[in-house]
Amino acid sequence: MAQPNDFGFGEEAGLLKDSARKFFADNLPVDALHRLVAENPDPERSPELVWREDLWHQMVELGWSMLAVPEQAGGLGMPLVAVAGLVEELGRAAFPCPLLGTLNATYVLAACGEQGRGALEEICGGLSATLALTGPSGSWLPGDTPLAAEGGRLSGTACFVQDAGKVDRILALARAEGGLALYWVDAGADGVTIEADAIVDLTRDQARVTFDGALATCVGSNGLAAVNQALPAIWTLLAADMAGAAEWQLQTTVEYVSTRKQFDHPLGFFQAVKHPLVDVMIMADETRSLVYNAACAYDHEPEKVAQFAHMAKSSASDLAGFASSRSVQYHGGIGFTWECFVHLYFKRQKHSQALWGDGAWHRAQLADILLAPAA
Amino acid sequence: MSESARIDSPEQAEFRQYCRDWLATNKPGEPPVRLPQSALEIMTEPQLHYLQAWQKSAYDAGLVGCDYPEEVGGGGRKDCQRIANQEMIRAQTPFFPNVIGLGMAAPTVFYHAQEALKQRLLPRLFSGEDIWCQGFSEPGAGSDLASVQTFAERKGDKWVINGHKVWTSLAHFAEWMIILLRTDKSHKYDGLSYFVVPIREALGKGVTVRPLIKITGETGFNEVIFEDLEVDDSYRLDELGKGWQVAMTTLLHERGAGELQTPRSGGMKSKATHEVNAAAVMELARNTPRGAATAADDPLLRDRMMQLAIREKAFEQSQRRSRVQALLDHPMRIPLQNKLLASEIAQGMSELALDIEGAAASLYLADPNAPAGGQWPLAYMNTFGMTIAAGTSEVQRNILGERVLGMPKSK
Repeated sequence: MAQPNDFGFGEEAGLLKDSARKFFADNLPVDALHRLVAENPDPERSPELVWREDLWHQMVELGWSMLAVPEQAGGLGMPLVAVAGLVEELGRAAFPCPLLGTLNATYVLAACGEQGRGALEEICGGLSATLALTGPSGSWLPGDTPLAAEGGRLSGTACFVQDAGKVDRILALARAEGGLALYWVDAGADGVTIEADAIVDLTRDQARVTFDGALATCVGSNGLAAVNQALPAIWTLLAADMAGAAEWQLQTTVEYVSTRKQFDHPLGFFQAVKHPLVDVMIMADETRSLVYNAACAYDHEPEKVAQFAHMAKSSASDLAGFASSRSVQYHGGIGFTWECFVHLYFKRQKHSQALWGDGAWHRAQLADILLAPAA
Repeated sequence: MSESARIDSPEQAEFRQYCRDWLATNKPGEPPVRLPQSALEIMTEPQLHYLQAWQKSAYDAGLVGCDYPEEVGGGGRKDCQRIANQEMIRAQTPFFPNVIGLGMAAPTVFYHAQEALKQRLLPRLFSGEDIWCQGFSEPGAGSDLASVQTFAERKGDKWVINGHKVWTSLAHFAEWMIILLRTDKSHKYDGLSYFVVPIREALGKGVTVRPLIKITGETGFNEVIFEDLEVDDSYRLDELGKGWQVAMTTLLHERGAGELQTPRSGGMKSKATHEVNAAAVMELARNTPRGAATAADDPLLRDRMMQLAIREKAFEQSQRRSRVQALLDHPMRIPLQNKLLASEIAQGMSELALDIEGAAASLYLADPNAPAGGQWPLAYMNTFGMTIAAGTSEVQRNILGERVLGMPKSK
């Protein structure tokens, strides 16, 4: 299959992206975000769940949580490029909400065929979700899931579960009799314990989720295939979030170095500052271009999508590290303080950098594809 | 494909098929001699003649100058050069020899010359019959281009030129030169004017071309000395004192950021050619022993190869994204990165190739045991021509920081 030249990014996708940008800017500009999530600087504070649940409900009303649900299951069936456009804006706003988790679960469920239908309908009904498939080692490989299922009941402890405190449902990958299978669990059900992690990132929550015989509905008997099919979409969307966040870091830092004066010149006059910021821009453009290429491939060139999504997430991870370090460094002393907004993005990006595999991991996977011995 | 697919227009689709059909039967055969890695290192007549014949046949078939109007020898098409370029590279043709002419002189002449001059110069430029060179840099004017001192003094409707240009690629074969001259010593920028000069006919009569030897041992670029060369005022482009603005048209196109798409071919695979890309580096790694395995099994080299393969793909995808309005911010943000990225990616690739070759990277062109015929050390050294010419990478970063990001101007 061939990809359309314009990534399939049509008028509808453009309108969605623009309206998302406006929604986040109107409802939670960065100063309001800082007041919301950074009230307590205590490094030993207990995990707190701070987010604007009311705004999430508005997003659900706008249909954003069901964008990726296929039309047959009652969703909007938008292509991944359109969803990536929205998520780029989410990242630009560093917006705390369970959208990424819900989208991730959607792509996995959509790969489960008829079995996933009921859960998808619940997502269309407004429920949010997240994925649980990682153990204490932090491996993102589906085969390493720490969970087990027997007779419709789940056991085991999943780690690094994103936005677990915000969601209604958990989509868990577990070892079952016939291999790896997917289970749909009520996050508030008996036998589900969510212990929030104390994390650096202020715009997310993360938890260890222990299942102790929790009642679960099997929504995918071939869990391995479904997760593998969805992973490129998951990597691509996270990379889109990171590209958006990096653009905020770039523009904010450029603005600062254009006004702050030392030695009678704005900082940006000095090439030691100017040139690395140009490199941030170049890396941000590389990531964005790779994100839309991978997103388009998900719908139009599936035989290449894993390769392209590894490229996008590898690029995004390197970008996130570099843009974050430069944004703090070039804000100087003020950039090292809690009151300066750059730390919100610095922390979100450092969290995203390793999430779902860091740059080196994705390059190792890519090398296995591109350097495979000729068949 | 989705409904929103922006595929070829009907004109482009028809033209693409035409190019494909023509190339299937008219692609030139194996070159008679080893070719240099780019047109900027053409040293001998046999190299030049082989490449000129290819450019002429491509022009006669309508694959060069497609988007220029018919009156100046172009194809009169709309956004079709891109299509021809894609098809020529896909067909793995030789490159064109007249690269300074096609990439820099043609758009400058087109936007700034009188109609009669355009009609006279452009057809022979497109066909490659007239090779062009560019007289910008001087011993005292490199990154600070506007400080050129080569002076043109008015004498009736003639100008008398004295001065010294350097790094002048292809001057030894060129009929014409585009040249930035000082016509007024009291103003740095407004004292510059832009001319086209017939240098071939003036050799030994006011123009001396001397080869400069590159770091690789190759030649291909020159110094050009002007001693009382008389040039007609009708060879001036645009108004007196507007040379700097005209030079910006040249530089924008030289850096791949101009309005008009440059005719480009290449990709030929043969014993006489060499390509710098991720596929070639990976191929080299697979064929390079490392203990019992190959360099393609070394985890550190794998990681570096993937970094470059990713950047190569990103460059390609940014070209694609630069034509999708909804996914752009500043209109020049991607175009102004082109020259910087193309040169730095090529430099990274060839540097990595040397690390893959290891000790064998010491072997050069004449060594029978050199991997890939010793082409990788040559390629690596040549990439510094790319990161230095047409505004160094440092100048490019200033331009991007100032014009795209709006940071204060550096000195």
